[in-house]
Amino acid sequence: MPTTTIAGRQIDVDAEGFLTKPEQWDEELAQTLAANIGITLTDAHWVPIHFLRKDFETQKETATLRRVSTVGGIPVKDLFALFPGKPAKKMSYIAGLQKPKGCV
Amino acid sequence: MRTLVILGGGTAGTMAANKLRDRLAAEDWRIVVVDKDDNHDYQPAYLFVPFGINKSKHVRRSRHAFIDDGIELLMGEIDRVDPEGKQVHLADGRELDYDYLVIATGTTPRPDQTPGMLGPEWRKSVHDFYTYEGMLALKKALKEFRGGRLVMHITELPIKCPVAPLEFVMLADDYLTKKGLRKATEIVYVTPLDGAFTKPVASRELGHHLSKRGIKVEPDFMIESVDQEAKVIRSYDEREIAFDLLVTVPLNMGADYVARSGLGDELNYVPVDKHTNQSTAYPNIFALGDGSNLPTSKAGSVAHFSVEVFVENFCQLAAGQPMTHSFDGHANCFVESGKNKALLLDFNYETEPLTGHFPFPVGPMSLLKESRTNHLGKLAFRHVYWNVLLPGRPMPLPAEMSMFGKNVETESAHA
Repeated sequence: MPTTTIAGRQIDVDAEGFLTKPEQWDEELAQTLAANIGITLTDAHWVPIHFLRKDFETQKETATLRRVSTVGGIPVKDLFALFPGKPAKKMSYIAGLQKPKGCV
Repeated sequence: MRTLVILGGGTAGTMAANKLRDRLAAEDWRIVVVDKDDNHDYQPAYLFVPFGINKSKHVRRSRHAFIDDGIELLMGEIDRVDPEGKQVHLADGRELDYDYLVIATGTTPRPDQTPGMLGPEWRKSVHDFYTYEGMLALKKALKEFRGGRLVMHITELPIKCPVAPLEFVMLADDYLTKKGLRKATEIVYVTPLDGAFTKPVASRELGHHLSKRGIKVEPDFMIESVDQEAKVIRSYDEREIAFDLLVTVPLNMGADYVARSGLGDELNYVPVDKHTNQSTAYPNIFALGDGSNLPTSKAGSVAHFSVEVFVENFCQLAAGQPMTHSFDGHANCFVESGKNKALLLDFNYETEPLTGHFPFPVGPMSLLKESRTNHLGKLAFRHVYWNVLLPGRPMPLPAEMSMFGKNVETESAHA
């Protein structure tokens, strides 16, 4: 797995740039990750990101868009407004998690 | 005397019941199967009947004909499971005590979950093909279709048989060509994924198959609503796709009683250990087939292979021994591509579908490549399903996936 330097730190990432070691993440890193994909984090952005991190602790995998909406209580429409185009990928990237599994 | 209750008499439930009845002594174990009706459908035919590849009379048989003697088959709607009290409550008030429970009630298309999908045009210009009724309505609609925009749409993953929508557009291409309507038809494939399929090699290969047929792919489309009056589907990011004939895969969900019993995730699938199908919450509950949250395809082949592993483990459990068998996520799917040809996918949790050859006992089949042998294999499978698989007879296919014959691509690490 490649490593990269983000915000002056060595970070382990996969081929698409998603963190492979979620423990290397903190909120400061999230700001940089968000900036990398053109997003400035506001309070509204932090709600789903904190949900993803908390959910990952118990589930050991990244919540899907549906889970963020039904369990996290954030409407899908709002997630598209906060993370335009590909909210599931963008949220998990900023939260330092793998993208949610698209089941085959 | 101990009791095993199996909820659902479909592929997984029927196979598990029959195989365990052969293995567990009748004086020690009572086996009960519960289902809401006596209709067992050969579900791959839901896709084939609209194109006339299978006849509707070949789809449906009685469940009880496939449940062996010595197994009780109860007809009834399941109200809820009480996992603490180890009881199943049926809607008519009957109660069933169990020592072990298998949840095998599958997944169901839920058009009610997308605003506008169930409207006056449902099964007129807006169709599904994952149900018996949907299959019949679509057969009629295709017969009456005179060209225009044919849109195949997937609401959200996971879905039952994830290759079926790809098969649908390739079969439609062939069907409309034969009817002289292909030039008058635009076929569009609308998916929430970023390509034709989830895994890189299969997505690339299957993507080629769509583009060479002139089928347009609209990726990353998360549907918000169907507007039946304007005949468009709308996404959350405000894209609109117009249709004359829409064939949609509605949101797939596990049974509602699973949610009422507190046993499901956000889509009513039962969280299980992916190698044993054992519930992560209750060690005396297992979920087999489409109703579990196994991170692989919801497909008959997965039900088949995982049931074989489950039966071995359950016999050990019944004998008071630790379970030593492990399911590897093996799936094996034919993909009908039209013109009497088909592709074959073979994969598991660790290995994505690759190109190469599949070591089938009667001769090699090509993987991820069209061939007539694959198509004949698919057609023959209906007989194998009714006569070998459901009765629980041995199949010459190992449950564990083999790397023999597969072309490994070094750059294609797991998706």
